[in-house]
Amino acid sequence: MNRKKIEASFFRYLFAVVTYGIIFIFVYILYVIFKRGFHSISWSMISEEPKGGFYMGNGGGVLNAIVGSFYIATGATILAVIIGLPVVLLLNVHLVKYKKLVGSIRFLLDILWGIPSIIYGAFAFVVMTWLHLQASLLAGIITVGFLIFPIFARAFDEVVRTTAFGLLEASHSLGSNHTEISYLIYFKRNLPGFITAFLLAFGRAIGDAASVIFTAGYTDHVPMHLSDPAATLPLSIFFQLSSPIASVKERAFASTLLLTIIILVISIISRIIYSKIKRYAL
Amino acid sequence: MTAAFFYKWRNVIHKISNLWMGISIFFIILLPLSIGLGLVLKSLPIMEDYSFSSLILSSEWSPSEGKFGFLIFIISSLCLTILSFIIAAPICVFSSIYLTQFAPNWLLKVMHLVIDVLAGIPSVVYGVWGIIVIVPFISNVVSPFINYSASGYCLLAGSIVLAIMSIPYILNMLIEVFRSMPIELKEASLSLGATEWETIKKVLLRQGSSGIIAALGLGISKALGETIAVLMVVGNMVKMPHHLLDPAYPIPALIVNNYGDMMSIPMYDTALMFSGLILFIIILLFNILSNLIIYRGKKKYE
Repeated sequence: MNRKKIEASFFRYLFAVVTYGIIFIFVYILYVIFKRGFHSISWSMISEEPKGGFYMGNGGGVLNAIVGSFYIATGATILAVIIGLPVVLLLNVHLVKYKKLVGSIRFLLDILWGIPSIIYGAFAFVVMTWLHLQASLLAGIITVGFLIFPIFARAFDEVVRTTAFGLLEASHSLGSNHTEISYLIYFKRNLPGFITAFLLAFGRAIGDAASVIFTAGYTDHVPMHLSDPAATLPLSIFFQLSSPIASVKERAFASTLLLTIIILVISIISRIIYSKIKRYAL
Repeated sequence: MTAAFFYKWRNVIHKISNLWMGISIFFIILLPLSIGLGLVLKSLPIMEDYSFSSLILSSEWSPSEGKFGFLIFIISSLCLTILSFIIAAPICVFSSIYLTQFAPNWLLKVMHLVIDVLAGIPSVVYGVWGIIVIVPFISNVVSPFINYSASGYCLLAGSIVLAIMSIPYILNMLIEVFRSMPIELKEASLSLGATEWETIKKVLLRQGSSGIIAALGLGISKALGETIAVLMVVGNMVKMPHHLLDPAYPIPALIVNNYGDMMSIPMYDTALMFSGLILFIIILLFNILSNLIIYRGKKKYE
């Protein structure tokens, strides 16, 4: 009897320790990134393009990568919405009667979600060599868009599927067609969920490196045109870190801090918008 | 006016919207097929010149001499994934049980926040963290302790970083598994006189076993495809790893590291796309199996 009690309380404490351990690691990661990056972060880091010999320790900043990342993430998220939004609404309004079909499309979305970005990158690279295309901002946007649209669709679908079925029936009985129900009622009603999914996809697009390495290329300049190559923040960190010079490495840590702050801000904005807007949604 | 306008054209708008929905759904079905097809077509030439088994089972890697053996990379990828799985799986199972069975409600809320942020942190940040923390720790503490000289960029560092990265994914799914279990199961077990711990051990774990396996399977497939973070800490040496502290060279790192010069050596790009194809197939298998288990489980409760 006593042995049983000891076993139970032992495991209970072990489980508690493990759980608090995860929270500790989370705090520790943020602490390390902030502490190491804080020294070398400066205004010129954010506001300047890399100057000659940037990777040898000369002056400049990572503006090219910040702007490139934002261009790619914005374009990719818009692309993901253009493809993803109709699919989610289709699943929940038009096809709601056909449970099997909806199930298999959701299944397909889950599979797509699980394909890693390196595979998307490799595939895009194959297509680009066939079409004789150079690495460009546009290619990066399309690749990342394909990569994040399952993320957006799954996140938005999770919210839309909780919509009460009665709403659909009521709208039908008032004479609305599927398109009106989709965009005027379902979309509007789930706007908070849409914004959360949008920002989730946006954050993922900013942080992804493996797919843009093939498709967007790298440059020291802010891209001016869709056919220009574009730098991204994760790749910029990666290249700065592979330099043997200490001051360049320090700048890589600063860039990492910058990227982490961007991600955290997106996450906070998404939370605030969600809680603010939730009350006013239809 | 606008309302009238929309009303007048509502059937046209309806048709356009339906057309666009059709295109999008077609696109979703086409995308995985075309990824698979593209990689297969690109790697066909190398499968014609070399036998499949010699590509997979040979460890000779020298692209300039035309030797393409992927064994080192496959073994590295498998070792990394298995090791990170060994680290992450118990942590996630323990923590998810604690969070759903014992923990106060606020802790679950805090954990959801932690999971969200951890899952959102880009992999390159985990890589930087690994370089700052894990690599020096291994070279300064672990390596002298077990008397094995190592640079710190090794299999162990890669799997630790990988484990931490996959924790939010797996944990999130496991919490879902335990929460979707009907409460009556637990109540029935308790009413028969089982203690809380016995209920967890013999009822909940057994009942959730398929969900747990599926969540872990999805975690494995995520870990297999993870690129940048692992690449940064794992050492990337074309040598068979024999020890935890030896450097390794997983498939995604191989693809990323060589994309620059793969056009200049004959067959090199084909070989790299072949390794991408292998990775794609393994990940797809894990993914499909795990998702099938999850979908079965969902049906059971509905």
